[in-house]
Amino acid sequence: MRLGRVGAIWLAAVTTVAVSVIGTEPGAAATAAPVGTITVSAASSLTDVFPVIAAAFEKRFPGTTVRFNFGGSSALVEQVNAGAPVDVLATASEPTMWKAVNAGHAGRPLLFAKNTMAIAMPPGNSAGVTSLSDLSRTDVITAACAVAVPCGSAARDLFARNGVTVRPVTFELDVRGVLGKVMADEVDAGIVYVTDVRAAGSAVTSVAIPADRNVTTTYPIAAVISSANPVTAKAFVAYVRYSRSAQGILRAYGFARPW
Amino acid sequence: MSTRRTTPRPAFLVIPGSVALAFLIIPLLALLWQAPWGDLASIISSPLALDALRLSLVTSLTATAFAAVVGVPLAWLLARDVFPATRLVRAIVIVPLLLPPVVSGVMLLSAFGRRGFVGQYLYSIFGIQLPFTTAGVVLAEAFVAMPFLIITLEGAFRTLDRRYEDAAITLGASSWTVFRRVTIPLIAPSLLAGAVLCWARALGEFGATITFAGNLPGVTQTMPLAVYSALESDRSAAIALSVLLLAVCVGVLVALRGYYLKGSSA
Repeated sequence: MRLGRVGAIWLAAVTTVAVSVIGTEPGAAATAAPVGTITVSAASSLTDVFPVIAAAFEKRFPGTTVRFNFGGSSALVEQVNAGAPVDVLATASEPTMWKAVNAGHAGRPLLFAKNTMAIAMPPGNSAGVTSLSDLSRTDVITAACAVAVPCGSAARDLFARNGVTVRPVTFELDVRGVLGKVMADEVDAGIVYVTDVRAAGSAVTSVAIPADRNVTTTYPIAAVISSANPVTAKAFVAYVRYSRSAQGILRAYGFARPW
Repeated sequence: MSTRRTTPRPAFLVIPGSVALAFLIIPLLALLWQAPWGDLASIISSPLALDALRLSLVTSLTATAFAAVVGVPLAWLLARDVFPATRLVRAIVIVPLLLPPVVSGVMLLSAFGRRGFVGQYLYSIFGIQLPFTTAGVVLAEAFVAMPFLIITLEGAFRTLDRRYEDAAITLGASSWTVFRRVTIPLIAPSLLAGAVLCWARALGEFGATITFAGNLPGVTQTMPLAVYSALESDRSAAIALSVLLLAVCVGVLVALRGYYLKGSSA
């Protein structure tokens, strides 16, 4: 399901507010201007990129502060559904987001980014991993995410799609857990997002997976229904999806556009 | 016990005390209130839950046994001030007790990981990799739980009436016999108390385990890790597993009620 239409209306609303605030009469529309602090629960694969977007947002809307709660998407959804005082939710897959939407805790989500998988190895690649099929070798120690989190279901789909049988030694609860085990050189390979490989820089080496054999995941973002600061929450959601600067930052960090 | 004086109940103690009690009771009741009682049996008897429970019991008991075998002697050495810097040694023993467990996990990786200080030799010479193994779980649990046993036992050794040991030595007993037949029986209640504290800490261990040993059902996924993993997908399963863990703890408390539920210390 595409949610762009509703989002466009949002954008119109937010832009109108923004234009009226910044453009002409600061006092006139001040009640609806984004201001104050919001807490954003975001998938751990957004750990590096979201603070950069938040800084741009805070600059764009002075007086706003964005705080983060990073973690595995499923855990974040559970927290929101249990009533966590969060204003915005951004997950690494649509099914996880729908659990919050269907429970009536998140507003209409907008898809704002797309990601694909990669194999990350410690810099030396001492196990000599060159393709996905190497991960089925018994001497290659592999880490993956738990199936309950998006990076885990993506890894499972990836193995199935390529017909390889991989027995990970650990099922981490978010993708940064996998990346950490690779960077610590405790595993020979880990299934992570391409953006994680980019974020890790020289701390890991990687093998790309051909697009026709890879799997993708799309990232939805939504305002939390019970948000104490719905104006700023909605403004942030619209900003991430529609602003040129947020989308530019996402591209720079390796995220593809989902539309 | 049988004094005639009526105990005064000043409000400045009763009110905060009641708050403390409510604070401890409410989460307990909330867990039981939310528990999926209808599905409890099927969730608890699932292979995942049974694997986690079995693994938790095996690793926590092994860690406690290890802690007892090497920790009791260390407690004795501490109590008899044989180290040039007893206070420093005691501080080192207490460190894992104060550290966030995840930091203990990072330290264990630095020491026993595949590229660790000691681990690199274990790996290159013997091909042993402790992370991601059940042995790694035992190691993590023993690291964070052993201080409880050592500190409890050191106190016991210090307050021990040493005339019993002196008498045994005078009668010609070897130091091994004295330790085994006189010292240990005298401190047996403290040994049990320390071992239970150590075991409970090992059973509840999460941070060091997931950091050092990872999370694989049947191999390193103990009960706390299973609870946390279940939270990702199925909240009611997580609550059911929590109830199971709670039942185990209550069972131990009841079995040892003589030591922990007594009103006054013996």
